[in-house]
Amino acid sequence: MKDLLFKKALFTASLLLLLIGAGMVYTLFDGALPAFDAFGFFKFIGSTAWDPHPDREAYGALPFIVGTLFTAFLALLIAIPFALPVALFTGVYYRGTKAAHIIGAIVDLLAGIPSIVYGLWGFYTLRPWIIESGFSTGGFGIFTSAVVLAIMIIPYASSLSAEFLSMVPNDLKEGAYSLGATRLDMIQQVVFPFAGSGIFASFILALGRALGETMAVTMLIGNTNNLPLSLTATGNTMASVIANQFGEADGLKLSALIAIAFLLFILTALINLAGKFIIKRFNQ
Amino acid sequence: MITHTKFRQLKDKGFFILICLLMSLGALPLISILFELIRKGYKQLNIAFFTETAPSTLDAMLAAGTGDVIPGGIANGIIGTLIMVSLASAVAIPIGIMIGIYLAEKPTAIFSNIVRFVADLMQGVPSIVIGIISYAWIVCSFQSYSALAGAFALSLMMAPLIIRSTEETLKMLPPSLKEAGLALGASYTSVVLKILLPAAFGGLFTGILLSISRVTGETAPIMLTALGSSMITVDVMRPMSAVPLLIWEFYNDPNLMDMIWSCSLFLLMLILTLNIIAKFIAHRWKIQ
Repeated sequence: MKDLLFKKALFTASLLLLLIGAGMVYTLFDGALPAFDAFGFFKFIGSTAWDPHPDREAYGALPFIVGTLFTAFLALLIAIPFALPVALFTGVYYRGTKAAHIIGAIVDLLAGIPSIVYGLWGFYTLRPWIIESGFSTGGFGIFTSAVVLAIMIIPYASSLSAEFLSMVPNDLKEGAYSLGATRLDMIQQVVFPFAGSGIFASFILALGRALGETMAVTMLIGNTNNLPLSLTATGNTMASVIANQFGEADGLKLSALIAIAFLLFILTALINLAGKFIIKRFNQ
Repeated sequence: MITHTKFRQLKDKGFFILICLLMSLGALPLISILFELIRKGYKQLNIAFFTETAPSTLDAMLAAGTGDVIPGGIANGIIGTLIMVSLASAVAIPIGIMIGIYLAEKPTAIFSNIVRFVADLMQGVPSIVIGIISYAWIVCSFQSYSALAGAFALSLMMAPLIIRSTEETLKMLPPSLKEAGLALGASYTSVVLKILLPAAFGGLFTGILLSISRVTGETAPIMLTALGSSMITVDVMRPMSAVPLLIWEFYNDPNLMDMIWSCSLFLLMLILTLNIIAKFIAHRWKIQ
């Protein structure tokens, strides 16, 4: 009797999670519906309008979608040359040694720094450097945000891919060495072909992180509603526009912001599922 | 032939040096962040910092004018963070562990796969979207921003992490442990509660600490739900402040700029301590 109750409780908790998950999707969709109704789903995605004036109220998500993808992909591009060496160092060169453990611990600490602290660092330390270098006058914009995003996702990408790198079986590596391969040859010919899809998945999951990052980007991207088309352009990401304007929004604008949240939810879900799917195939 | 071999060895060495270089370059931001926070933040860390509430803009401006440290502290944020994180933990930990047990006990059932899928999905949801959900569910139903809504948002972020770590830890336990318990005539409930969970304690506790450290620094969902308050309150139905939220408020107020650094330093130390304890426990109670 007690066992039955216990099992029922476990099942109920799991069912609750499903209900919450379904409720989240429903709430987002329901909240977004007025905006989709007013502008049309594809028109909303493709429009660059953002005008809260009551007479000509019009909202579109395109600048924010572009801003999100632009910063996230740029961040990934910047992060890869730093994340991969860390992963190679801890997962291949010094696998299982004290040095790898220490670096792994430091990487974990980096991953624990809150988004808002990264934002402050970007604002007060990185931004003056960028202004001084003459790259852009205000120091805000796509590039600044992408650099900070890159620093934020390096720990995540490197610790995940190190895990896959360290899964390469030793006999494969030793086989390569016995054929006269140097460590570089071994990495190119054995490690990358074996762990390649796992590393790819790590970077996809890191991209998913970058897409949804809010506070640091909000502090650095400049918060303008235009379509960002260059590295120095200011703009907004989907997350940052919500963070900036949710407080004072109501009516159709609120619905438009929830619609953006809905799109962001779908986007990150797809990216994460793709990453998880590749990892699942890798493990089989 | 020899030159070719030499060339390959050189290339190998060069690659390794490049890796080390890029890695140390990647560590620069960490050093820079820590350095900046400590350099600018240490002087505000006094007793008042932990016992008083955030100063008004005027007080801060007057203090800055005379070159003093800004009076006041972040007690309202510390208490708010404590209350919201505890409340979130009180909900997310038991439910997360229960779901984790369910997944570990029925690893291949279709229902388990769906639950696992949803948990994975929830783990990837951006924190700002979680904030909107909690706004729609809690803030809108009670017609008021509240600490409860903030705690709910945090618990939504904690639960998937706890589910995952519970399941992974339980899966690592040898099946003989459970079988021995059952063979001795213990009920299923006692086997799970008195044998499996204590054996998995290290992994569970590590997962819990990591999830707490993860949500302690969250700003975006709290901003949309708990809103912030300049007073020390313990009423969970009313707006409440939190340490990361105070950083955001100080950031937006030029007079309070000096407070940003001490506040961030405190938050970072708190999170790093939680992380280090988690690492230590994971090491100490490792399942062999």
